[in-house]
Amino acid sequence: MKSITRKKSIFSLGILAAIVLICCQDEPAIVTDAVVPSVVNFNFHVKPILSDRCFSCHGPDETDRQAGLRLDIESEARKALEENPGKYAIVPGDAQNSELVHRIMSNDPGLMMPPPESGLTLTDTEKQILKKWIEQGAEYEEHWAFIPPVKSPLPEVSNPSWPRNEIDHFIMASLDQKRLSPAEEASPERLLRRLFIDITGLPPAPSDIERFQEGFSEMTFEKLVDELLSKPAYGEKMALYWMDAARYADSYGYQDDEVRSQWPWRDWVIHAFNQNLPYDEFVEWQLAGDLLPDATKEQILATGFNRNHKITEEGGVIPEEYRVTYVIDKTNTYSTSMLGITMECAQCHDHRYDPFSQEDYFQLSAFFNNTPEVGIEGTVTESTPSKYPKLFISQAEIDSIYTFINAPDTNMVTVSVMGDLKDSVRQTYILNRGLYDQPGKPVEPEAPEAVLAFDINTYPQNRVGLAQWTTNENNPLTARVFVNMIWSKIFGRGIVSTVEDFGNQGDLPTHPELLDWLAVDFMENGWDIKRLVKQMVMSTTYRQSSKMNDRNAQLDPQNVYLSRMSRQRLPAELIRDHILASSGLLNPEIGGPSIKPYQPDGIWEVTSSGRGSLRTYVQDHGDDLYRRGLYVFIKLTVPPPNMLIFDASNRDMCELERATTNTPLQALVMMNDPIILEGSRVLSQKLLEENSNIEENLSRAFVRILCRDPDEKERAVLMEYYNEELDRYTTDPGDATRFLEVGEYPQNEEVDPVQHAALMACIHLLYNLEEAITKS
Amino acid sequence: MNENEIKESRLRINRRHFLSKMSVGIGSAALGSLLIPSLFEGGSQQEALEAAIPHFAPKAKRVIYLFQSGAPSQLESFDYKPLLNKRMGEDLPPSIRDGQRLTGMTANQDKFPLVGSFYDFHQYGESGAWVSDLFPYTAKIVDELCIIRSLHTEAINHDPAITFFQTGAQQGNRPSMGAWLSYGLGSENKNLPTFCVLVSKGDGNGQGVYSKLWTNGFLDSVHQGVQFSSGHDPVLYLSNPDGTDFRSRRNMLDKLAELNQHQFDDIEDPEITAKIQQYEMAYRMQTSVPEVTDLSKEPDHIIKMYGPDCLVPGTYAANCLLARKLAENGVRFVQLYHQGWDQHGNLPREMAGQAKDVDQASAALVMDLKQRGLLDDTLVIWGGEFGRTNYCQGRLAADNYGRDHHPRAFSVWMAGGGVRPGVVYGETDEFGYNIVRDPVHIHDFHATILDLLGLNHEKLTYKYQGRRLRLTDVGGKVVNPIIA
Repeated sequence: MKSITRKKSIFSLGILAAIVLICCQDEPAIVTDAVVPSVVNFNFHVKPILSDRCFSCHGPDETDRQAGLRLDIESEARKALEENPGKYAIVPGDAQNSELVHRIMSNDPGLMMPPPESGLTLTDTEKQILKKWIEQGAEYEEHWAFIPPVKSPLPEVSNPSWPRNEIDHFIMASLDQKRLSPAEEASPERLLRRLFIDITGLPPAPSDIERFQEGFSEMTFEKLVDELLSKPAYGEKMALYWMDAARYADSYGYQDDEVRSQWPWRDWVIHAFNQNLPYDEFVEWQLAGDLLPDATKEQILATGFNRNHKITEEGGVIPEEYRVTYVIDKTNTYSTSMLGITMECAQCHDHRYDPFSQEDYFQLSAFFNNTPEVGIEGTVTESTPSKYPKLFISQAEIDSIYTFINAPDTNMVTVSVMGDLKDSVRQTYILNRGLYDQPGKPVEPEAPEAVLAFDINTYPQNRVGLAQWTTNENNPLTARVFVNMIWSKIFGRGIVSTVEDFGNQGDLPTHPELLDWLAVDFMENGWDIKRLVKQMVMSTTYRQSSKMNDRNAQLDPQNVYLSRMSRQRLPAELIRDHILASSGLLNPEIGGPSIKPYQPDGIWEVTSSGRGSLRTYVQDHGDDLYRRGLYVFIKLTVPPPNMLIFDASNRDMCELERATTNTPLQALVMMNDPIILEGSRVLSQKLLEENSNIEENLSRAFVRILCRDPDEKERAVLMEYYNEELDRYTTDPGDATRFLEVGEYPQNEEVDPVQHAALMACIHLLYNLEEAITKS
Repeated sequence: MNENEIKESRLRINRRHFLSKMSVGIGSAALGSLLIPSLFEGGSQQEALEAAIPHFAPKAKRVIYLFQSGAPSQLESFDYKPLLNKRMGEDLPPSIRDGQRLTGMTANQDKFPLVGSFYDFHQYGESGAWVSDLFPYTAKIVDELCIIRSLHTEAINHDPAITFFQTGAQQGNRPSMGAWLSYGLGSENKNLPTFCVLVSKGDGNGQGVYSKLWTNGFLDSVHQGVQFSSGHDPVLYLSNPDGTDFRSRRNMLDKLAELNQHQFDDIEDPEITAKIQQYEMAYRMQTSVPEVTDLSKEPDHIIKMYGPDCLVPGTYAANCLLARKLAENGVRFVQLYHQGWDQHGNLPREMAGQAKDVDQASAALVMDLKQRGLLDDTLVIWGGEFGRTNYCQGRLAADNYGRDHHPRAFSVWMAGGGVRPGVVYGETDEFGYNIVRDPVHIHDFHATILDLLGLNHEKLTYKYQGRRLRLTDVGGKVVNPIIA
């Protein structure tokens, strides 16, 4: 089929200079720093130029190809030119006789490349890079992400006392290269808040803030990190990422959108992270737990990962069409979440940018095509909370073995899981144009060769084999993709900024050696996830202040090189968590069926077909109103609007990365969503119950929400606002009563409503500060 | 650096960042002085989004897109094919089908019986355009319309097809057309979103619409479409809590801005000032949205024009009336969706219902804009995501049939905004299956819309993940004959 020779990666620090060209073309200040590296690397220096300026006419797309020349394939680029027989675009080692060099250096509008009418130009540095590459032999190289990572030696840095661990060596080396300097360490209180949010998703309690008032020693910092990693809230925080990857939801999707019961799988994910199940096993159990020898029910439960996709209950559909749709969904989810590649293009035709053929695609899908699942089990009127194959776990088993499942009193919990046909194997075919009823050539289960050869003598041709192939140390993607995803959550941007796409269309890593070092180190240390998180938060890089230093802000406004810590707006679920925790409302119960908090009236009803139990929204009451954000019920056709407004995944498909937007609708949610008003009411009530001094209460609220003391200015503004609100409510006490009527948490009638409302307004103001919902 | 210098330096950073992202298009030199002030006035609260400069003199300033989701049949609306009635029940000649792929829904059929329109067609207006009896109001205004009967697409299923129409690509994550216009042209008002979305639903078989259709994709989130609804809050979370009023809200925002600004002075993250601006916009929306969505003050003759449904919130007619008000208030792009046009079966009955939902109000909208002098610079578009087959899906009866998806040829109409009125453009063969004259691809359609708005579709680009992306992807030719 394809023959790909693997070439050893030659990352060197010299590369960094030119990477800037690629990553920061929109930042001229850095581009001028760029130099032509002494050794030109195809992947990092040449391909970005070719693909950006040349491939549109001389690349894979046949329709737009000019002069029959394509530069994306080595053999093609070296052929004699169709329109200029005897001449060659590229003559390795001979720039003089390479037409490409003549054309890019030419000023003649009729000859120059790119042609003037394209509007594209090459900078002098870029021209020199292309020329030098040809002089150095014009070697093509396999896509960087398909070359297995290797640990390179730690680079020298200008200030050897700065790095605390290996991460810092790589970060500082690139800062040196860019002539950027790192920021000072963040203040203890900001660092404390950052650490709590990154590891547990919750802010520190006032007692935690008191504990670390004096700052940290190396020892107390490390102890705190260990302490946080051992909190159950860590598993919840991590599960949130994985629920996006696994497109977890509480309904079946499609038109009638009935309730489903996959939450025991979600409880398992929390448990797995808290138990620190190594990532290779985490992957293996989810892909093939049911096929492992003497599989436990826990291992089978893990395979619910592959059953979280939408399932139709619409009468009259063609079952096979939907059965195939589910196989396709599994295939796409697997390849994006675990390999960081988007295979779906290859469903209908050979991939345009990556070396995946349609045959590769359907070979991969064959692993997921052998289940006894059917396209439709029944319509919404006979809906069941899980679909075959399903796992039954009795209350007795939950009580004795699977205690991590938070089951309401019930005889039995059921979950949709994976299983393979017992006595036969379903033949998989290449589906022409991806259509279920257009089978072409039969294919066998195999993983994409361009990533790593799937040797059928080594791996069984089933999901166990796929799991082994995925977590094989020579698989160039798995560890890199996971390490990069965790990095992006903590540092605000992936080393590969396209977290979901490590293919040709994805971005190049900004710190390739660091990514590879981390990936190899992760594998060498038993795929230990807690260790990985700890490694990142222990670094000096992580502990930097997020203040913008002027030079750095100018040279690197997007903070690609981490000369400070990036500020990040909290994800939707953590905004909710932050309000619940800081106001004292939080119900810390872990797991169980998802809950239905306050929601604007009518939004389920408007889009409902009128069928199924979710046609109307039945809100929960009591403690369930105050559960963490990851437990909020997700109805696929109408996800919770206050979450979507803050960029939560709609869980329609696998997502490793969320956008971070800043919109007026977010301001409206923060100002008017009842849960935020209720949090303000409850916190002000609690404070007033303990202490009647307003100034002190304002400071205490400030500390609970922002985890730092207010400065003089902040105190003054808050006090002024308090007095204004107090006046207003004194004039119209009815307004105070009405303002306090939000939410179901009981009100203490003993607290003076006018004072209460005025303090509540101040706390509501604090929640609306940009800083309150930002990891700083 | 003193405070002003710092601010100035921040300003330079933003400007450079902005300019380089802004692409080669919209003349950088002009932009340097003409920029959207909000992006550069770090501490200022005067954050109006002023219109960016178009590439050339625009004919249209805003768009109202009446999207008919599910794909209405062209054969029962604007593409009259009597041959199909004559040859009713005969198999579609393979030479006509010519390898066209079939959806999962009719791929198993062993016969493709031709089916003519259940509804009669007549010619109207000076242009003599054929319109079916299902659209009597639209028929009356054909001389205002440019009917294109030769649109074609590659997508054959709803999701990719509607995504293609909205974003210029079948895969998700590209900005919607409204977002591109917001990006390219900025806002004409300071109190309402630049891109508003109104959704309604008919009784016909529907396919749903989803928020990804009005996404900003990789563009800044200020360009995202904002959905208006007919519930208690026209925009979710719009109403102030009980016990507060506008004066107290104003005071809260002033204090909030003061504290946020104080934080910005220390941290200098431009996101903080952006946050202040978003709160101001939210505040203005709280006043202007209830005003604009209040249809109760519309006079009787207007209600009569749009039909009684226009007083029922959430209907297509009400949304058309609201669209006019939004356009009047300077909203750049109003995107309507009316669901329920997916007639795989029961076409004669379902399509009659759908047409009744939309016919009067669509025509009223055009004429209402015209009487207000707004039609000249407001482009109105009516159409779905693909067409429907000329053969029957499922059982063919005298009074009942269905039609499958047909991407090869279908009809849309446009009005106002610099489009030539009273024109019928493009032609299909007598089977209504293939285009025989003046094909218009979706990319051409998009290029033409941008052109009417004064934008060169090849220059309105945004560099994302290493590629200069545009609404028309790598295609698109302006359809000059339909431009006035």
